[in-house]
Amino acid sequence: MKNSVSVIALAAAAVMFVAAPAGAGTLEEVQKKGFVQCGVSQGVPGFSNPDEKGNWTGIDVDVCRAVAAAVLGDAGKVKFTPLSAKERFTALQSGEIDVLSRNTTWTLVRDTALGLNFAGVNYYDGQGFMVRKDLGIKSAMELAGASVCVNIGTTTELNMADFFRGNSMDYKPVVFEKADEVVAAYDSGRCDVYTTDQSALAAQRIKLKDPKAHVVLPEVISKEPLGPVVRHGDDQWLDIVKWSLYAMLEAEEYGVSSKNVDKVKSGSKNPIHKRLLGVEGDLGKNLGLGKEWAYNIVKQVGNYGESFDRNVGPSTAVGLPRGVNAQWKDGGLQYAMPVR
Amino acid sequence: MAEETKQAPPPARPPIWNDPVYRALFFQVLVLGGVILGGAYLVNNTLANLERQGIASGFGFLERTAGFSISMTLIEYSEEMSYGRAFFVSLVNTVLVSLVGIVLATILGFIVGIARLSSNWLLARMAAVYIEVLRNIPLLLQIFFWYFAVLRNLPSPRQSVEVFDSFFLNKRGLFSPAPVFEPGFWLIPTAFAVGVVAVIFLARWARKRRDATGQPFHTVYVSLGVLIALPFLAAIVTGFPMTWEYPVLKGFNFKGGSELIPEFVALVFALALYTATFIAEIVRAGIMAVSHGQTEASYALGLRPGPTLRLVVIPQALRVIIPPLTSQYLNLTKNSSLAAAIAYPDVVLVFAGTALMQTGQAVEIIAITMAVYLTISLLISAFMNWYNEKMALVER
Repeated sequence: MKNSVSVIALAAAAVMFVAAPAGAGTLEEVQKKGFVQCGVSQGVPGFSNPDEKGNWTGIDVDVCRAVAAAVLGDAGKVKFTPLSAKERFTALQSGEIDVLSRNTTWTLVRDTALGLNFAGVNYYDGQGFMVRKDLGIKSAMELAGASVCVNIGTTTELNMADFFRGNSMDYKPVVFEKADEVVAAYDSGRCDVYTTDQSALAAQRIKLKDPKAHVVLPEVISKEPLGPVVRHGDDQWLDIVKWSLYAMLEAEEYGVSSKNVDKVKSGSKNPIHKRLLGVEGDLGKNLGLGKEWAYNIVKQVGNYGESFDRNVGPSTAVGLPRGVNAQWKDGGLQYAMPVR
Repeated sequence: MAEETKQAPPPARPPIWNDPVYRALFFQVLVLGGVILGGAYLVNNTLANLERQGIASGFGFLERTAGFSISMTLIEYSEEMSYGRAFFVSLVNTVLVSLVGIVLATILGFIVGIARLSSNWLLARMAAVYIEVLRNIPLLLQIFFWYFAVLRNLPSPRQSVEVFDSFFLNKRGLFSPAPVFEPGFWLIPTAFAVGVVAVIFLARWARKRRDATGQPFHTVYVSLGVLIALPFLAAIVTGFPMTWEYPVLKGFNFKGGSELIPEFVALVFALALYTATFIAEIVRAGIMAVSHGQTEASYALGLRPGPTLRLVVIPQALRVIIPPLTSQYLNLTKNSSLAAAIAYPDVVLVFAGTALMQTGQAVEIIAITMAVYLTISLLISAFMNWYNEKMALVER
């Protein structure tokens, strides 16, 4: 929409006029202003979504809270900037936000040509299709000739083109900028198919008039590793975001949660626990942070498993199984680099 | 007597810093230099910043494969084609929606503007209500209204509204038969072109004869006859080398025929209805600017109200109407960028949207997009200025 075009134009102008935009020294900047400016979605339940009181929750939001806990010692010191898929990278490039944590797929072009760095993967996803049950469709291979509602500026848009082209099927894309508009267009029958990441399909389904009248097709047509993103050129800040995420994973792997963290800190003899929680050594110093950086994350935000169960797990409305996002020792893909 | 010719001494040239010619030149060079330096600074700064942040720059991306599909293409396009091609597809879409919008808005605007001055109370009031309501509602809301409130209530493809089994209206758009041209068809447009040329000469001849002898000639009827008869004759000669392809419900949707997507319809409706209100007011003002004495004089000469409006009032009113009309055309063109809100694949949605996201080259793409609107606007402006000059009062 016009609005976002002006955002992008403004950001483009910022690149032109500002002599030295925020690049290096994000850590000092965040410490000085006292909060982390975090780019999130405009509302994807379970990933980043505001409640009635305006509090943001979700696993993407938890990454930002973890960073705030590690850097500032307070998970509450985060300010959120809701961004459309189209605006997100420009907002990050221009220094409007410090971290982009907005179910963003890690790809080569984004990592290189856009001047960004991916700090890890907090959700392994794949793209799927949703259709109305009464169409009686069982497979994505039956979708030839369908109108497909899709969000602009996503890998989804390209994967879909690849999928249909690869299978010699024609299709009509109907491209919207806001996820809500995509959902509304699909719900009102403008399109036969709604396509996005499987996790988002599950999340957006809640918003449909009759969620039960729709079915997600079994095919997963792409790999969508979603993770937090930072600007290229500030290695220290990249390390902080990366290890904040790993700290959450490591804590889960070694059984440290927000509930037992104090007990583990004072009682555990395990050197891994001691290092992680800053009882032994000072790993935080390497990141430019305090001794208790990881303790603060686990205490205030929880470990990865807690965050998953609280936001998207089977007991929530989104109801996603842990699947490939389980810890590596449980057969999943989530694997923290050793915190030592 | 020898006269002493006393030559006046040439006026002493003021010192160079006081000479208005040099002074003007100096300041012009100063300003120009400042602008160039400023521009160079911005470009240099941009490049340096992009480089330092590791963001790709340059226009090489225009030749890379786009890989995405577009829902409405008037020129040939497929995913294998380049970003440059996708840009042209979206540009054509923007131009199309602007042109159709301008034509519809002008026709409707003239009708409503004249209706507002009608002596028929009901007609005048209806026109007034239409103008006051639509021009005071933001355009974006009107676009949403047409798209979400009106067109979304159409039936689904299987329950389409059918007309003569060949036109189908549903949520996905309006599907109509498309002509299929067979060999030999070229004769028909050629005949039409010949007709157009003939009509131009006919009109010139008729005007000359009228100026010379005062005898009127039914140019309109004869021209229409020529324009219809010639292609028809050509069609008979070639044996009607054209068939219709009908849309057929197949799978999810109608296949074949031509398709008008709802996004286009909603956008054209909203743009035309909104801009027509402004044009109507401009037309009304233009007509009211023509002194009533002209109408009375025309009546006195025996012209009926119709020809009076057509031959006396409107030609004079046009001189007042055209300049503000130009800015309405420019507004409509620029407003067409609101297309992005309802998924109409115009330049903003496809190029400054999808292509920008896939390449990440915001600076180049936004610059190209701005240049597009600037160019279209300047072209419209140039055309309208030419037309204005043509219509301007010729003093004899």
